[in-house]
Order: sequence, then structure tokens, then C-alpha cells
Amino acid sequence: MIRLSHHLTDPLIRSNPVTLQILGICSALAVTTALATALTMAAALIFVLCASAAIISAIRRHIPHAIRLILQITIIATLVIVTDEVLRAYAFEISQRLSIFVGLIVTNCIVLGRAEGFAMHHPVGPSILDALGNALGYGLVLVIVATIRELFGTGRLLGIPMLPLAEQGGWFEPLRVMQLAPSAFFIIGLMIWAIRTARPEQVERPEHRLLSQHEEARP
Amino acid sequence: MAEARGPWARFLARPNEDPVKALGMAGLVALGAALTVSTAATLLEPRQAANLEAARAARMQAMIEALPGLREVMEEVGVTELQSRLVDLETGRMLPGGVMAVDAEQAARETDTGVELPPEADIAGIGRRERVAAIHLLERDGALALVVLPMRGSGYQSTIHALLALESDLDTVAALTVTEQGETPGLGAQIERADWQALWPGRRIADDSGTLRIEVVRGAATTPFEVDGISGATRTGNGVTAMLRFWMGPWGYGPFLDRLAGEGAG
Repeated sequence: MIRLSHHLTDPLIRSNPVTLQILGICSALAVTTALATALTMAAALIFVLCASAAIISAIRRHIPHAIRLILQITIIATLVIVTDEVLRAYAFEISQRLSIFVGLIVTNCIVLGRAEGFAMHHPVGPSILDALGNALGYGLVLVIVATIRELFGTGRLLGIPMLPLAEQGGWFEPLRVMQLAPSAFFIIGLMIWAIRTARPEQVERPEHRLLSQHEEARP
Repeated sequence: MAEARGPWARFLARPNEDPVKALGMAGLVALGAALTVSTAATLLEPRQAANLEAARAARMQAMIEALPGLREVMEEVGVTELQSRLVDLETGRMLPGGVMAVDAEQAARETDTGVELPPEADIAGIGRRERVAAIHLLERDGALALVVLPMRGSGYQSTIHALLALESDLDTVAALTVTEQGETPGLGAQIERADWQALWPGRRIADDSGTLRIEVVRGAATTPFEVDGISGATRTGNGVTAMLRFWMGPWGYGPFLDRLAGEGAG
């Protein structure tokens, strides 16, 4: 179990899909204006990622190499549609606010990346743990960004007033920029900077060097 | 069981490069996916429909709230809801009975309850139109105070559904509420925002000669017939313009409004 648990814990910070691999950024910008949408999106991604990893891993020995991407996408798309339908039936208002971004989980690179990179080559158990870890890593970033954006953009969290607003006699003036997409870029950028300062091994080596410098053979 | 497992085990034992296995796996995955999606869609459909209906009712209520003074008028008249009436769009006559059994889009699709629009008339890009539409009226002291017309048209990437409330002159907009749309989030989808819809009250549909002039313009409005467009959503704005011009024209509510104007509020 100790041997397996790193599948779950690694993607949380050390190899976080958003901050290290810079995947899933599009939805991370779009759904993080409020904590409720971010939590729903994270839950949807956890379900899709774990279920697709389990299914793909279970049938991995019978997936012909030539059509593997088509099969993976079909399975992922099916799960996404089911998730979207369930949200529309049971969490209608949130599904309206998430609009197309639940459907766009299909194109979220994290899902196909884990299917192709991990679940195709590993048994069901580790695949689910790896999927859960990556989904939680993505969810963690979403929740942090959404908390900052909702709190400082509206003075609320989950719709509950947290900071006394200036217009109601308090001291807090909502930062409108937090509700706009660029603020998510700033916050994620600052998070990446913070993580890479604490863990310098994550800093990417420059792809191009000046000719005068020592040239390194790269695979 | 042993015989039943025979072909299945042989199928699984085939090498993955085998075309039969590839086709078989593709077929099996597609079948599984199709069954899952259709089961989920069928099972959840009633709940989703109820949610949409509740949302539509809430928006209707929101429009009533948004119209200045409407609530007072309704209280004065002693009604809590607008009257719903059925209108034959071709003749413009009101029909007995008040409720539509199916929604307008579905009615438009059926051959006996909908009509195919000639391409030159179909400026809103809806293809077919229902024969009978459900409209809403508010009367005060026996005179028409407000008429609410449901309409829809193609936007940039979705069908926009809206309710247009006209004042008793049947030309001044009392309110426009977008009830359903799937335009680009952040751009075209802003037509659903209250601050954009607040631009509509007081706009005029047609000039004194009867020409339809209402338009969502690029940039800022300059005449009473114009409404500010949303930057980055020109085609959504054009869709709203086309929708209004279609439904206010001869293929939409034109005959009904002419008849209503001729008869007075009666």
C-alpha cells in the first residue's frame, strides 16, 4: 500500500497536472470565479478521470494499438456526457453556470494524458489511484484559485458574505479584476512560481541556448 | 456456458493487430457508450425538463418583476399571472383555450402543427415555425396594457429564446428577456445579463411608416430603434435583430398585432 500510495500523493503538488505539466488551464480559468463551480467541476473531473482510468485499464490488453485514442476518447466522452446529464438533472443551477465546461472535460488534456500515459500500462488499482491523485491535484488548484477569486472578487465564499462590503458600510471594496479571466492566470502563475521556488528541480531547462554556451546533448 | 464462452474467449485471444479484433472492440466500446448515454438521457430527461420548466417560469416571473410598475398594475387588476392566449399566427386570430400542450419548437417540427418557412422569409434561421403560438396579455380596465410574445432565432452558435413585452401601442418595447441561450460564455452569453436587457425598455420596433427598424447595433445606440451591441458578439447581436424582425414581421406576430391594433384591446 505504501508502494502504491505515491500514485495518489505525487500529483497533488510534486507533479501537479496544472502547475507542473500546465494541463487543464482553460477550464481552470473559466470555472474558478466562484468556489461552488470549482468544487462541482473538480468533482466532475474526479469522477470522469477515475472511471475512465478504471475502464481503460480493465480492457487495456484488448485495446488495439491503432484505434486506442478513438476508444479512449469514446469512453471519456461517454462518461462526460453522463456527468453533464446528471448535473443538469440534479444540480441545474450550477450546470447552467458551468455551461460548456463540463462538456469540455473531454478535451481536458489531463484525462486523455492519464489514460494514455498511465492507465494503458498499469492494472486497475494503481490506475484509479493515479487518476484520483491527478484529479485531486487539479481540484486542489481549482479550489485555491476559486477561493482567492471569489473571496477578493466578491467578498463572499460559496455565496456566504465573508468580508464586509464597502457598499454596505464595511471596509472591503471588491476587486473586479478577480472576476475576470486574467486574474486566474496571475494566480496560477504565482502558484507555479511559489512551487518552483520551493522545489527548484521543477524549473524547466531552457530549450534553446546561445551558441557560445556549452551545448548539451538532449534526447 | 462452455459453448457460450467459446467464441468470446477466441475473440479475446485474437491478437490486437487483427482487424476483426479492432472492429469488434470498436463496435463493443461504441455499443457500451451508446447504451450508457441513452440510458442516462432517458432516465434523467423528466427531471431535466422539470428544471428547464421551473427556470422558464422563474424568468417569466423575473420579467414581471423587472417591468416598472407591472406588479402594481397586476395587483390593481387583481391578477397574479398574465393571461395566456393561443394565437393562430397565419390569420392573427386568438383561439379559444389558453395552454399549449407542447412547446413551440416541438410544435414547429411536427407537420400538422408547424409550417416550413420559405428561405427568403426565414431571416431568423429557424427553418420551421409553429402554426399556433402561446402569447401572454395583461389588461387593465378592459384595455390592453401589455402583450408578451415568445420568440426564438438563431444566434451565433445556439437558438436564442426570448420574451418580448410590448406596451399597449404595440410598438414600444416594455422589456426583453432572454429565456434560453447557449451563446459563447463571456461574449454572446451576456445577452442574458440584466444590465444588457435593461437597455431595451423604451426602444421602438417600427417607425411611423411601419418599417421594422429595431436593431442591435455595433457600438452605441443613437436612435430609439437601436440597442447597444456587445463587443465581440456581433453575430449574437445580429441574431437578436433578425429574431425580432422575423417575429414582428408578416411571418411572425405581424398579422396578430395588426388585428390587435385594429380591434383595440378587445
